[in-house]
Amino acid sequence: MPRYAVRFASLGYLALILVAPVGLVFWRSFEHGWDPFWAAVSNPDAVHALRLTLEVAVVAVPLNTGFGVLCGLAIVRRRIPGMGLVNALVDLPMALSPVVVGLALYLLYARDGWFGGWLLGHGVRVLFAYPAILLATMFVSLPFVVREVVPVLREIGTDQEEAAATLGASAFTTFRRITLPAIRYAVAYGVVLTTARSLGEFGAVSIVSGGIAGRTQTLTQYVQASYENFDQTGAYAASVLLALLAVATLLAMTILRPRGDRSA
Amino acid sequence: MAIEARNVTKRFGEFVALDDVSIDVESGSLTALLGPSGSGKSTLLRVIAGLEAPDAGEVLISGNEATALAPQKRGVGFVFQHYAPFTHMTVWSNVAFGLQIRRRPKAEIAARVDELLELVQLSGLGRRYPTQLSGGQRQRMALARALAAEPEVLLLDEPFGALDARVRKELREWLLRLHDEMDVTTIFVTHDQEEALELADSIVVMNKGRVEQAAPPRELYDEPANAFVMSFVGPVNRLDDAWVRPHDVELQHEPNGSTREAQVERVVRLGFETRVDLVRDDGERLHAQLSRDEADLLELEQGDIVFVRTRRERTFLDDRNLV
Repeated sequence: MPRYAVRFASLGYLALILVAPVGLVFWRSFEHGWDPFWAAVSNPDAVHALRLTLEVAVVAVPLNTGFGVLCGLAIVRRRIPGMGLVNALVDLPMALSPVVVGLALYLLYARDGWFGGWLLGHGVRVLFAYPAILLATMFVSLPFVVREVVPVLREIGTDQEEAAATLGASAFTTFRRITLPAIRYAVAYGVVLTTARSLGEFGAVSIVSGGIAGRTQTLTQYVQASYENFDQTGAYAASVLLALLAVATLLAMTILRPRGDRSA
Repeated sequence: MAIEARNVTKRFGEFVALDDVSIDVESGSLTALLGPSGSGKSTLLRVIAGLEAPDAGEVLISGNEATALAPQKRGVGFVFQHYAPFTHMTVWSNVAFGLQIRRRPKAEIAARVDELLELVQLSGLGRRYPTQLSGGQRQRMALARALAAEPEVLLLDEPFGALDARVRKELREWLLRLHDEMDVTTIFVTHDQEEALELADSIVVMNKGRVEQAAPPRELYDEPANAFVMSFVGPVNRLDDAWVRPHDVELQHEPNGSTREAQVERVVRLGFETRVDLVRDDGERLHAQLSRDEADLLELEQGDIVFVRTRRERTFLDDRNLV
């Protein structure tokens, strides 16, 4: 009996918190059929917002993946003084509200900020443009690969890497043929989480992007703007796009994660 | 190739793992580094392999200074204590790794890997993954992998430590044959004195980061340099200030000038040999090791009074009471 109670409670909780809201979005998007949905998502501003969101993710995810793997190696494998601090700093984006991140970037790159004046003087526009959106997204999605990779690196230990070295493999060959395959599922999982976070980022981006429709508006911002303009169909349709992107990343994760693999 | 370590010191923080250690390993020999855990034997092996950099001292391979040489360049095969298999590769790829690194032609690699798998009795298991092998098979795979690139030095860290007794015995005999067939200088680390005595033609006894004695097995057993070696290599009794091996304890029913009275506490029959636990009249305990026939002749029973005579007693000036 208690077993059923636990099952019922957890399923009920999931239904209430997760399934109902997402389901409602889908239902409202399609309640008048396919045509209004298609009209809403093929609106040029919506298409642009989707494209901008993807363009940001396509740059932010590989950069944070590369950084994440290197940073994980540095934290676990090298005895570099100060790595403990780095390890703690990596978690900052998890703890910090994205709004604060946005504000910090704003202060840094505004005309009278530390970097903003100089950059503008050299013709580089950061705020209210692609660079600021990218920076904000990279900031908030920074920790995921590191957090996935570090425990797996700790677990596999240095034995295999040392064995490769005694067999004549250079540091790079050891990384490519031994370390990377051993952490591949952790990296893949980290990539999926990074992607999901990049696609869904709203708080930090909404402060630094300016949210100009058709120019600096990301998909999440498009949802908000549509909603505020009483364009409920547009808001729901864009939400469905976001949800579909999320489903696609989750699917990728499920495919990438081998059954019963400990590292994922 | 001959290997030499000269005045090697290695610290891990406050802990001194190796304290001014010098050893000399003859080319083509099978040498054991024997000692209790924490004696520095594995650290010494890792220093020789280049996996650990010494704080002081030097390593010479074939007379050439190798202290600062990267492990990749030492021409050393290393078998790790837990074998360190490449878990995402098949057995075949594990063995081929060292050859692929050296960019040997594919046909040569295939031929060599098949030959090695045959040698370590893993033919037909090449497509398995290391997790699908038993402990003994994994161990042999690690050996084949280390031997693939034809190293002139083979280093083994507790090679049989994680295996059950029967497999261990098999592998020992097999390693001995392998060493005889291949011209490779072999050093292995062990805490098992029996293993060292059985396999090695030279044994380096280590304790607390220092070398206690380096000698052939027989010399080590018959002429231990100090009380530690005496007590660590082979079974031992301590009587007053002297040490004596259990097989040098003689029992008889009648006293004569040099015997001491003792009572039989227990008689343990271990197949061929019989171990007799005794308590001397002054309360000191000792063991005697008799052949089965000797024991049968004496008809020993628990509680019997016997007379003990000892041969080849040893005393050491530096006796540090280490048993």
